[in-house]
Amino acid sequence: MTLNADLSRRIYTDMWRIRLFEEEALRQTSLGTVKGTLHTYCGEEAIAVAICAHLRDDDYVLGTHRSHGHCLAKGAPMDRMMAELFGRATGSCRAKGGSMHIADFSRNILGANGIVAGGIGPGTGTALASRIRKSDQVSVVFFGDGAAARGPFHEGLLFGSLWKLPVIYVCENNGYQQWVPRKNVAVVDSVADMAASYAIPGVSVDGQDLEAVYEAAGEAVDRARRGEGPTLIEARTYRFYGHSLGDMEEYRSREEVDDWRENRDPIKLFSAWMKERQWLGDDEDEAIRAGAAAEVAKSVAYAEESPLPDPEDVLTDVLDTEWRVSA
Amino acid sequence: MRTIALRDALREALHEEMDRDDSVFVIGEDVIAHGGPYTVTQGIVDKWPDRIFETPIAEAGIVGLGVGAALAGMRPVVEIMYVDFITCAMDEVVNQAAKMRYMTGGQASVPIVIRLPCGPARLVAAQHSQIMESWFMHVPGLQVVAPSTPYDAKGLMKTAIRSPDPVAFFEYKALYVSEGEVPEDDYVIPFGKADIKRDGEDVTVVAIGGMVPRALEAGIALEDEGYDIEVVDPRTLAPLDMETICESVRRTGRAVVCEMDSSFAGTGAEIAAALAEQCFHDLRAPIVRVGSPHVPMPFAEELVNVTVPDSAAVCGAVRKVMA
Repeated sequence: MTLNADLSRRIYTDMWRIRLFEEEALRQTSLGTVKGTLHTYCGEEAIAVAICAHLRDDDYVLGTHRSHGHCLAKGAPMDRMMAELFGRATGSCRAKGGSMHIADFSRNILGANGIVAGGIGPGTGTALASRIRKSDQVSVVFFGDGAAARGPFHEGLLFGSLWKLPVIYVCENNGYQQWVPRKNVAVVDSVADMAASYAIPGVSVDGQDLEAVYEAAGEAVDRARRGEGPTLIEARTYRFYGHSLGDMEEYRSREEVDDWRENRDPIKLFSAWMKERQWLGDDEDEAIRAGAAAEVAKSVAYAEESPLPDPEDVLTDVLDTEWRVSA
Repeated sequence: MRTIALRDALREALHEEMDRDDSVFVIGEDVIAHGGPYTVTQGIVDKWPDRIFETPIAEAGIVGLGVGAALAGMRPVVEIMYVDFITCAMDEVVNQAAKMRYMTGGQASVPIVIRLPCGPARLVAAQHSQIMESWFMHVPGLQVVAPSTPYDAKGLMKTAIRSPDPVAFFEYKALYVSEGEVPEDDYVIPFGKADIKRDGEDVTVVAIGGMVPRALEAGIALEDEGYDIEVVDPRTLAPLDMETICESVRRTGRAVVCEMDSSFAGTGAEIAAALAEQCFHDLRAPIVRVGSPHVPMPFAEELVNVTVPDSAAVCGAVRKVMA
């Protein structure tokens, strides 16, 4: 599937939906309506939307602590996601998960994950399930560059390669492992180079360049669906806000952030790319942005109108208590 | 009825469940070669070569893959060669498998069975002899099973495989070759149902896993002294059948709680505390716990013998509550 005008507009719309959802969520934290912490995806939008554009509804996606973008790109309803951040009973996880555990199993979004590299083993396991069932579903695991330091990254890639499982490992390398520049704590510059140790293709792309991510993802998804095994994609990117709420950002300069926002914003870049091809006019551009803003406003209204969780629900969902064994 | 060893009962349960349900598969180290060190997975590769996966030595990966496959609707049975090695996969057990249903507001089901061979056997010292049941009991979302007989092992394994939630299945290595009667047909044992392994009137002895045969030996030895003990085997530690345990203690008025693991912050501590809360006025003597001292498992037999409680330790505890 090549990028055409229609698909590009859909992808571009999703980028705005993510950007404005995140900015609204941040604003709501300052109002005190959204509690807990937030890890926003602003600046990294091209990656989730370009990858998910290749996926079917029944393909699996597993995420990170910074997964609102993955969920929206894979089709999770925005109103229920906002309700989850508001801690409402109508939330994606009925107010039991919050931002870091947001999930929508009806769309095979198996969840954000608060443990760095936590999704890599399970995402390789969903691919193993596809193998056993002889299904052509693929699995995509998103993780940050910090995850490449952890054991489960290495063990997951080993299993994925050993059994040629249909999984795509997507490393969103935003250059910082919370507050520490990657270069201070890593010995290999490119995470993609680590693929060589596991005899799988490793591709490093500019994560701000939607077309580049889209093409790399297309090859990786096709390869996985054909049964030829995993690919490790490193998308070099940048987060526009701090690691999470309350980040003083003493580890990076204002100039660096401004430069990325000004010159390397994936939304601006993709808008210009589409306009060069006459695929997007200024009015349309504004309409897409306004449409996304309206959807975000609706999601806030939905969250505000939704009931708070019943305190009695605290004890449910630990185990399936309805289940009874029978011979 | 025929008599078979506990490891054979487990193998039979696996074969029956794999035959019954295509989503059941086996994954672990050496599970094809020799059917694992304990032969429990023998024969599976011949019948279902596409549903048994022999892995690199990578426990976090093994359990992580199992969790993912379970999320996708499969029923993995994971073998961890020694329970001690599960510490390498505790994130996958605690943060992923156990919490997933709750964190997702009930969307996720993680039907994984993690087989955990445990306990002292063959003098393999501190990193190959732990038990650790109480670690898992403490985690909401996990079910903890510890059979003491071949009959219970088969019925509980079949239940574990059919369960929609994760199960930590403790197999006492020293009991693998112990024999008992096991029906050839399909039967299951529900979780949360204790079994009275010996009826008695004077003292309730709650015994867990490998302590059950030792408590039964103690029962015979104590007959000569005129003490008639009742041995209650909880069989599953989470859920824990306090109802049956309390019912027994209300009759006998005395309780001894036995585990092979360290008593400190252990399984017996939970049972003793629950008894104190629920049966205090029925007790005619303070509850006594039997367990290991708070030390890693030593190597030399002389040291192991004073670490792991034997039937004499159970007898001593019974005499204490009868005094």
